[in-house]
Amino acid sequence: MKSKISIQINHQTHLIDPGLSVAAALALCGQLVTRISVSGETRAPFCGMGVCQECRVTINQQAHQLACQTMCSEGMSIITGDAR
Amino acid sequence: MMDRLLIIGAGPAGLAAAHAAAPSGIHIDIIDDNFQSGGQIWRGGFQQQADVRARTIWHELNQAQNVHFQFQTKLVHIEQRDQHVVATAEYAPQSTSRQFIANKVIIATGARELLLPFPGWTLPGVTGAGGLQALAKNGFPVKGKTVIVAGSGPLLLAAAATLTAYGAHVTHIIEQAPMSALRQFAFGLLKTPSKIMQALGLAWKLKQSHYCSDSFVLAAESIQEDQKRVRVSMQGKIVELACDYLACGFGLTPNLEIAAGLGCEIHHTSMNAHVIVNEWQETSVKQVYCAGESTGIGGVDLALAEGYVAGYAASQRIEHANPMLQQRSKWQQFAEHLAQHFALRPELRHLCESETIVCRCEDVRYGQLQPHNDWRGAKLHTRCGMGACQGRMCGNINRFLFSWERDLGRLPFQSTSIKHLMAIQHTEQGPTSEE
Repeated sequence: MKSKISIQINHQTHLIDPGLSVAAALALCGQLVTRISVSGETRAPFCGMGVCQECRVTINQQAHQLACQTMCSEGMSIITGDAR
Repeated sequence: MMDRLLIIGAGPAGLAAAHAAAPSGIHIDIIDDNFQSGGQIWRGGFQQQADVRARTIWHELNQAQNVHFQFQTKLVHIEQRDQHVVATAEYAPQSTSRQFIANKVIIATGARELLLPFPGWTLPGVTGAGGLQALAKNGFPVKGKTVIVAGSGPLLLAAAATLTAYGAHVTHIIEQAPMSALRQFAFGLLKTPSKIMQALGLAWKLKQSHYCSDSFVLAAESIQEDQKRVRVSMQGKIVELACDYLACGFGLTPNLEIAAGLGCEIHHTSMNAHVIVNEWQETSVKQVYCAGESTGIGGVDLALAEGYVAGYAASQRIEHANPMLQQRSKWQQFAEHLAQHFALRPELRHLCESETIVCRCEDVRYGQLQPHNDWRGAKLHTRCGMGACQGRMCGNINRFLFSWERDLGRLPFQSTSIKHLMAIQHTEQGPTSEE
């Protein structure tokens, strides 16, 4: 069994299995919501294949990264749109 | 210049094209916006694939010195200059520019789901059908979750089977097509026995799920603890079902943006559109080929055959193409069969309420769109289609709801940083304008 990797979601540290997409890691850690829409609705991964842009989050200070198109790596920092 | 081949898309068609072209020794770049190859159907890494073709192709391409994979690389701009094509892409994780120059291009951009709006479709936990399948293949947690798979087409069965294999409890598969159409579809599979075996295999895996033909989702709402209540028209009766995830998709629609951006001719039908190609998969633009779902929805077998033909043609090895030409005509028949039997029912055009969001990027509501006559007018007055996805979602929706044609092939392909647009300017050979 491969060892866990450490990531940060909205400044909280989580240990997860390697090989997960960011979308998967967020949902596993109880953070289904990825962004707030222009009229204030909560949104979450939708198309699953990099088209709809609903899963945009900030990864390692880069804004507008797609959670479904990014694999988690050790030390990664993820900030969702609903984080205070 | 030695031949250089750029393959856009690392799904089955793009991989097959690379596999066919690699022995010629030409330089091959294969770019994809995802973090690994396989596209949608072979998503999740090759080690996970039951399809032996996937493992063979991947293994051999990894040995080939002349094949260069570029992942998380999103095409921003592409144009023809003299005898070659210059493509500018953004490497997402570091937001750096990448440039590719090639004299041959194979477009293998696949398809996306047609995702239609209904009240509640923007709630977290409502996804595409293939969408939830794709998410699950990369570890999205569905184990122990109650899932309703809905929409239309054979993809619903494949999605439900994947979700079941990952431990989801798929209670219902809700198919809008009537039983008569499904029966005719099943009968037509007699011509392609491997598809019958696949269908029987899926039916066995899904024996716990209720398959409901002639049924469609009317609305969804959140109830406590992320649960959803889904209102369904089930063979004429209205019923309410509960689930954790509602995965709803209405079949596939080709990704045409990049082909259109290069000026390739597109054929529009009442239901869908696709890139026009000749017998060697070459588009109306010389030295630009197209293979896979972008030339019309046909599934993985057709995508592979087309990919090989394109790869042989682009690397001038057409003497090897015969077996694949035969495969291609066989699977083309299946594709035609597929298109006939899952026509969408007109009721699906009338699910939106005035407040239902149609454009998810700009939160444009159905009622705001109704007064308009065309895509351009709606866009200018409401910002519909002007957000992050650039109309990739609502363009297909508005085509279905209002019969509006979207302007395809606008450059740049996606919203991007100025620096990537500067990277294009930098290599311009002609006179450049000063800002």
